[in-house]
Amino acid sequence: MSDLLAARSQMAMSLGFHIIFAMVGIAMPVLMVVAERRWQRTGDHIYLELAHRWAKGTAILFAVGAVSGTVLSFELGLLWPTFMEHAGPVIGMPFSLEGFAFFTEAVFLGVYLYGWDRISRRAHLAAGWAVAVSGMLSGVFVVIANAWMNAPTGIRWVDGRALEIDPIAAMLNPAAFPQVLHMTLAAYASTGLVVAGIHAWPLLRHPRNAFHRRALSVALLIGAPAALLQPISGDLSARFVAHWQPVKLAAMEGHFKTERGAPLRIGGWPDEAAGETRYAIEIPYGLSLLAFKDPHAEVKGLLAFPREHWPPVAIVHLAFQVMVGLGSYLALVSAAALWLMWRRRDLTRHRWLLRALMLAAPMGFICTEAGWIVTEVGRQPWIIHGLMRTADAVTPMPGLVVPFLVFTALYCALGVAVAWLLYQQVLKSPQVTEEDPA
Amino acid sequence: MPGIGPAELVAGIALLALTAYVLLGGADFGGGVWDLLASGPRRREQRALIAEAIGPIWEANHVWLILVIVVLFTCFPVAFARLAIGLHIPLSLMLVGIVLRGSAFTFRSHYGHDGEHGDAGTSQRWGRIFAIASVGTPVMLGLCVSALAAGTLRPPGRAAFYASYVGPWLTPFGVGVGLLTLALFAFLAAVYLTVEAREPALREDFRRRALGAAVAVFVAAFATLGLALLGAPLMGRGLTSAPWAPALHLATGVAAVAAIWALWSRRFHLARGAAAAQVSLILWGWALAQYPYLIPPDLTIRAAAAPRITLILSLWILGIGTLVLLPSLIYLFRVFKRAPVGP
Repeated sequence: MSDLLAARSQMAMSLGFHIIFAMVGIAMPVLMVVAERRWQRTGDHIYLELAHRWAKGTAILFAVGAVSGTVLSFELGLLWPTFMEHAGPVIGMPFSLEGFAFFTEAVFLGVYLYGWDRISRRAHLAAGWAVAVSGMLSGVFVVIANAWMNAPTGIRWVDGRALEIDPIAAMLNPAAFPQVLHMTLAAYASTGLVVAGIHAWPLLRHPRNAFHRRALSVALLIGAPAALLQPISGDLSARFVAHWQPVKLAAMEGHFKTERGAPLRIGGWPDEAAGETRYAIEIPYGLSLLAFKDPHAEVKGLLAFPREHWPPVAIVHLAFQVMVGLGSYLALVSAAALWLMWRRRDLTRHRWLLRALMLAAPMGFICTEAGWIVTEVGRQPWIIHGLMRTADAVTPMPGLVVPFLVFTALYCALGVAVAWLLYQQVLKSPQVTEEDPA
Repeated sequence: MPGIGPAELVAGIALLALTAYVLLGGADFGGGVWDLLASGPRRREQRALIAEAIGPIWEANHVWLILVIVVLFTCFPVAFARLAIGLHIPLSLMLVGIVLRGSAFTFRSHYGHDGEHGDAGTSQRWGRIFAIASVGTPVMLGLCVSALAAGTLRPPGRAAFYASYVGPWLTPFGVGVGLLTLALFAFLAAVYLTVEAREPALREDFRRRALGAAVAVFVAAFATLGLALLGAPLMGRGLTSAPWAPALHLATGVAAVAAIWALWSRRFHLARGAAAAQVSLILWGWALAQYPYLIPPDLTIRAAAAPRITLILSLWILGIGTLVLLPSLIYLFRVFKRAPVGP
C-alpha cells in the first residue's frame, strides 16, 4: 500500500466513522427535546422515559463523535500538511465558528444529560434546544469548509500559493448552500429513520407497546419530512456539480462521450478502458434534463477531459447509484408513513409499513456514506478542486500504513463496543401496553 | 523585539485557550490518574467522586484543545504543518489516548452504574482503559511540547526517519516534560477534588494525594529545568537568564508554596486558586522563554502568521465567540460545581 493510498484510506475511514456519530449528534437532540416537550405538555411519563433513553444513547454516541472529531481536526495536518498550510487561512473561518458551535453543544449537552434534577424544567428543555441548534450549526460550518474544496472561491492561486485571500468569499462559495442543505437533511433523515426502524421492529410483535408507539411517532416526525425533501436538495447539488465539476458529474453518471440529449443511466458498470458504461438502463434525455433543465443540453463526457483528471469512475458511479437508489426508497417509505399519519391512521396496523421501515433503518447511513464517497472520491485527483492535487498535499512521513491500521483497529473495536452498549442500555424495551380506547 | 500586532494577539489568545485546556481538561486527565491509583478503604468512593466531578464537564473542557488547534491551523498554518509532520507519531499516540479515555469513560458512566444492567467486571475493564489512557495522553502531550521547546523541529528535509520523526521528541528532556505534564495534571485534579469532596475522610484522601503530587511536580520541574540546560539550551537560557526570569520564578514559587501551605492548613479554595496560578505560570514561562518564536529556533510568530485579513477575522470570531461561550461555561460550572439543590 503506497503512503498516499494509506493516507487517503485513513482519512476516508476516519471521516466515514465520524460522520455517523456527527449525524446522530445533530439529530438525536431534536428527538430528545420533542419527547421531553410532549412529556411536559401531556404529563405522559412514557415520553419522559423515552427522552431519558434517547439522552443516554446520545451521550454515548456524542462522546465517540467528539473524540473522533478531534482525531479528524489533527488528521487534517497529520495527513495533509501541505493542504492545511495553504488552505488553513482560507477555510479557518468556518472551522473557528464550528469550534464555538461545538463548544456550545458540549456545554449544554453536559447540562442536559446531568442536569435533570439540578435545574428547572424550562431551563432543561432550553438546554436541549441549545444542543440541537448548536449541533446543527457545527455540521453546517464543517460542511462549508468541505464545500470550499469543491468550489475554491476567495483566493487567487498563483504558482502553487494562495494569494489575495478573502475568507468571507471562501465561505460563500457556490457549493456551500447545496452541500449544507443536503447534509443537514441527511442527518435528520438518517437518524430519524434509523430510530423509526429500530422501534418498528418490536411493534411488529407487540403493536400495543406504548413506548415504541410513541418513539416511532417522534422519530418519523423528524426523519420522514427530511427524507422526503432530500431528492429536491439532491437535484440542487447535482446542478451545482454539473456547472462546477463536470468531470465529477460525468463520473457519477458513467457518462463518457460528450453528447446533446444525454440519457440518464441507472445502474451499469463503467469500463474506463473501453470508455463506455455497460448494462445500464438508459432513460433518454434524462441527464440533460436533470443537469441543465433542457432535454437537448450538451453534457460533457469523461473523454472530453484529460485522463489524469478523471476520478476513479467505477467507484463514483456505483456510490452515486447506491445513494440515489436507497434515497429514493427512503423518500417513498417516508411519503407513505407521512400520508398515513396525516390521515390519523394507526401505523402499527399497517404491518407492511413497519417492515418497510425496518428495512429502511440502515439505509440512511449507507446513503450518507455513499454520498461522501461521491463527493470526495469524485473530486480526485484534486484535494482543492482544480488547484492542488491530493498527491501533492500528503505528509512526507513514510510508513503511513501503520497509523492507518492502528486507527482502523481502534475504530473497529469502538464500533463493536458502541453497538453492544446501545443494545444493552438503550434498545431493551420496557413493557408498557397502550390502554385501548375501546 | 517586534511590537504587538494581530499575530501576537492571536498567539496570546491561543496561549490562553491552551491554559484553559491545561487547567480544565488537564485536571480531567489527572482525575483518570487518581482513578488508576485509587486505594485504601475508600477506593470506591474516590472513583465515584472523580466520575461525578468529570462527567458533566469533560467534553466542554476537551473543546479547548480543538480551539487551540483550529487557531493554530487558521492563523499559523506554516507552524501547524511543521508540527503535524515532525510530531506525527506522538500526536497520533495522543489521539489514540484521547479516543480511549473519552469513550471508555462514557461507556463506564452509562453502563449499569445504577445497578440496573451490566456486571461489575465489564465496568471495571472500561474504568481501567479510561485510567491508563488518562496517564498516557498527558505524557504524549508533554513530549510534543518538549520538541517545540527544545527547538528540534526542523522543516522536513532528507534526514533519516529517526532523525526527522522520532529524534526531536524522544529525548531525556522530552521524557522530563512528559512526566512534568502528568504530575501537573494529577496535582490539579487532586487539589480540585479536595474542594469537591463532601465527606471529610474523602477530602483527606485527596489532600494527601495533592501534597504528594505537589512534591512530584517540584521534583519533575527541577529535573526538567536541569535537562533543559543540557538538552534544550534555548529553553534553558530563556528560563534562567532572561530579564523577566527572576520575577516569573518568584511568582511561580510563591504560588507553589501558597498551594502547599493552603493544602497543609486545609484552606482548600485557596489551594485551588494557587495551584491553578502555579500551573498557568509554568505554562507562560515556557511561552515567554521561546517568544517571539512559535517554533524555535527559526520560525517566529510573525513569520508563521496567516495573511492579515485572516488574523483580523479570527480575532473578531474569537471575540464574538467568547461572548457566547463564557456565559455558557459559567452556567455549566455553576450548575455542577456546587451542591445540588432540592430533594
